[in-house]
Amino acid sequence: MSETVRQLPEEQLPVSPSTLERYRILQKAGGLVAPLLTVVLAFLISGVVVLLTTGSVVDTAKTYKGIFDGTGLDWFFHVGSYQIGVPFTSARVWFPWNTNDISSQAAANLEQTLLLWTALVLVGLAVAFAFRCGLFNIGGQGQYLAGSIAAVLVATELPHVVDLPGVLLILVSVLGGMLAGAALAGIAGILKGTVGAHEVITTIMLNWIVIWVGSYLFDVGGPLQTKAAGAAGAVPASTDIPDKAQIHVFWGDPLFQGLDVGFFVAIASLVVYYLTLNRTTLGYEVRAVGHNPEAARYGGIGVARNYFLAMAIAGTFAGLAGALDLLGWKFREDITDIQSSSIGFIGIAVALLGRNTAIGVGLAALLFAALQTGTASRSLDPSIFPPELASSLAVIIQGLVVLFVGADVIILLALGWLRRRRPQKAATAT
Amino acid sequence: MSRLPRGGRAIAWAGVLTGVLAGLIALPPIEIRSAAAPVVVGLAALTVGIGSWIRGERRIGAYAVATGVLGLVIGYLATRSSVDKLDAVVVWGALFAAMLRYATPLAFASLGGLFSERSGVVNIGLEGMMLTGAFFTVWGADDTGTWTLGLAIGIGAGGLMGLLHAFFSVSLRADQIVGGTAINFLALGLTTYLFVKLYGSQGTPSNISTIPAVHLSFLGHGFVGDVFGRLDLLIWVAIALIFVVWIVVFKTPIGLRIRACGEHPRAADTVGINVYAVRYGAVVLSGMLAAAGGAFLSLGFNGSFTPNMTAGRGFIALAALIFGNWRPFGAAAACLLFGFASALGVALQTYSLSISTLFTALPYVITLIAVAGVIGRSIPPAAVGRPYVKQ
Repeated sequence: MSETVRQLPEEQLPVSPSTLERYRILQKAGGLVAPLLTVVLAFLISGVVVLLTTGSVVDTAKTYKGIFDGTGLDWFFHVGSYQIGVPFTSARVWFPWNTNDISSQAAANLEQTLLLWTALVLVGLAVAFAFRCGLFNIGGQGQYLAGSIAAVLVATELPHVVDLPGVLLILVSVLGGMLAGAALAGIAGILKGTVGAHEVITTIMLNWIVIWVGSYLFDVGGPLQTKAAGAAGAVPASTDIPDKAQIHVFWGDPLFQGLDVGFFVAIASLVVYYLTLNRTTLGYEVRAVGHNPEAARYGGIGVARNYFLAMAIAGTFAGLAGALDLLGWKFREDITDIQSSSIGFIGIAVALLGRNTAIGVGLAALLFAALQTGTASRSLDPSIFPPELASSLAVIIQGLVVLFVGADVIILLALGWLRRRRPQKAATAT
Repeated sequence: MSRLPRGGRAIAWAGVLTGVLAGLIALPPIEIRSAAAPVVVGLAALTVGIGSWIRGERRIGAYAVATGVLGLVIGYLATRSSVDKLDAVVVWGALFAAMLRYATPLAFASLGGLFSERSGVVNIGLEGMMLTGAFFTVWGADDTGTWTLGLAIGIGAGGLMGLLHAFFSVSLRADQIVGGTAINFLALGLTTYLFVKLYGSQGTPSNISTIPAVHLSFLGHGFVGDVFGRLDLLIWVAIALIFVVWIVVFKTPIGLRIRACGEHPRAADTVGINVYAVRYGAVVLSGMLAAAGGAFLSLGFNGSFTPNMTAGRGFIALAALIFGNWRPFGAAAACLLFGFASALGVALQTYSLSISTLFTALPYVITLIAVAGVIGRSIPPAAVGRPYVKQ
C-alpha cells in the first residue's frame, strides 16, 4: 500500500498538513487522546447506570452536575473580590477567590479534593514506579497502611522520640512511615528477585497481613489500643498523636480536615519521581529492567537488585502517603479505617490512567480525587439520585477506566485503521 | 515401594510431620502441658526444613519450615491456655467441618482459575467474579423464591463477568492483569450499587431460600459423623468437582486442547484448535465456577449478602492454584490448608478475640511462605498472560 503512495506525484497527495504530519500529530496526541477517550467512555457508560436509576437524561445530567459541584472544582469559577492571609504574618491582601470555608462550601470541598489528591498522587506514584520496572504493585494499600501505622507508633509510643519538639517529631514519624512502606514492598521485591515469586500474589498477601496485624494492634484487647478515657464504646483505635505532631494546616479548619502542608510534599514527590526516573542511573536501570529484563541482564544491570529497589522506592511513596494522611488529618488509626480503606487500589487506577508519567499521575489523581469527593458529598439531590449510591458509582467509573486503559489497543487499532484508510483514499482518487 | 520418597526428600517430609507433631502434642486428646515440648519439636522441624532447603529439597523444605513455625506457635499457645478453653476451642470434628466450609468457596474459585490459567489467561478477576456470583445468587433466590434458580442466575452472572474478561483479554489483547483488576473494581461497584439500591440499609431478607445441607445421619455422632454428617450440598459438589476437573483437564481431548492453548498457542493453532474459542470457553467457565464459590459464600454459608463479602478470597484461591502447581488436587489441598487456618482462627474467638484477629493473618503468611518456597518446582503454563495473535 505504501508503495502506491510513494509512486504518486507530489501534487496528488493530500494537501497540507501532509498525511504523515497528521499521523505524527495523532500519535503524539495518542498520549493524551487515549486517556481522555478512556475517561469520556467510562463516564458515558456509567451514565447508563445513572440513567437506569434516575430514568431520565435530564436527571442523569443533573446527577453529574451535582457530583461536579461536590468536587469543589467549581470554586475556581466563582471569581470575586475577597481577602487572603499572608503566611506567617497577620496581613491580609486581595484575592480573587473566596478561601473561607464557612462562607464558601466550594472551598471546603476543594480542600477535601486536594487532601485526597495528596494521598492519591503518592499511592499512584507507588504503583507507577513499580510499573516502570515491569512490576505490578497491588500492595499500595498495605504499604499505605504500614506507613500510617508506623507513623502513629513513632508519634505516640516510641520512647524518647515522643519527647522531641514538633517539627522533628513530624520528620521522624514521616521517615518511620516511609521506611515501613519501603520495608513491606521490599519483601515483595526481594521475593521477586531471588525466588521469582510473582509480585501480584505477594503484595496482595502483604496487604492482608498488614490489615489483620494492624487490626490486632488497635482492636479491643490489642496491645496498642488507646487507654484514653472516653474511648470505650467508640471504634477501637490507637492513641491520638500529640498536637505538636500534627502537620501545619495552611488552608481551612485544622480540626475539620483542612488542607495541610503535605500537599506540597506531594507536588515535590512528582518532581522527584520524574527526576529519579529520567535523570539518574537508578532510573535508567529501573526502566531498562522494565522494558526487557533479559536485555538488561545482558547489559550488566542487576535485575534482582533493581526489582528490590523499585519496590522499596514504590513502598516509600505509599508509606509517605500513609504517614502524611495520619499526621495531617486522621491523627489516629482506627480499625474500621484499616479494614475498609481502599485508597491504595484507587492508586492503581491513577497510575494506569496517568500512564506512569509524573504529569499523568498528577492529572489522574485530580480526576479520581474529585470523583471521590464529589460522590461522597451531600450535594446530590436525594429526589434525583440517591446519595448513598454515589460512592458505588465512583467505584464503577474507576473500574471502567481501568478496563478501557487496559484495552488501549482499541485506540491504537483505530489509529492504524485510519492510517491504512488515508493512503487508500489517496490511491483511489487517481 | 518405589513411589515412596527417599533420601533428602524423605527427610524433608519427616520434617513436615515433625512440625505437625509439634502442634498436635499440645492439643487434645494428648495435651502435653509443658511449653518446652512443642518448642523443641517445632525447632527440630525448623532445622530439618532449613537443612533440606540448603541441600536442594526446596519445596518440601519450605513446607517443613512453615509447619515447624506453625506447630511451634500453636503448641506453645496451647500450653499457655487452660485445659477447659483448649477443649472448647479444639473440637476436631467441628474444626474439620468448618475447614471444609471455609475451603469450599476457595476450591470453586481455584478450580475456575485452573481452567483460565491452563488456557493461557491470567485471571486475577476471580475475586470480582466470586463477588458477582455471591450477590446475584442471593438476589436471584430472593426474586424467584428458590435457591436453584438463584444459583443458576448467580453462575450466569459470573459467566458474563468471565465473558467480559475474555473479550478484553482475548479479543482486544488487553493486559490480562489490568483487565482482571478492572473486573474486581467493576464487580465491587456494581454489586454494592445494586445491593444498596435494592436492599438499602436493611440488608438482604432473612427468609431467603438457602442451599440445603445433606443430612447423613447413618454416620452417627463420632468424628466422621461430626465432619461429614450435615454438610452443605455445594460442599459435596466441590469435592466431586475436584475429581471431575482432574479428569477433564488431564484425561480428555478437551483438556488437552485447553492445556495446549496455555503452553503453546501457535502449535495448537497449527493443528486446527481454535485458540480464541478455547480461551473464551475457559475464561467463561472460570467465571461460572468462581461465581459458584461466591454463591456458596453468600447463600450457603451466611444466607445473606454484604458488600465486599469475598474479602480477598479470590486472591487466596489464586494463591492456592499456584501453591498447588496448577493441578486440581494440589490446589484443593492448598484450599484445605487455608480453610483449616480460617476455621482455627474463628474457633479461637472463644479463647481470645484479639488473638483470633491476629490469627486471621495466618493464611496470608502461609501463602507468602508457600509462594516463596514453592517456586523452584512450580511451573506455570508457558503462555499464561500472553495474548495470542492469530496469523
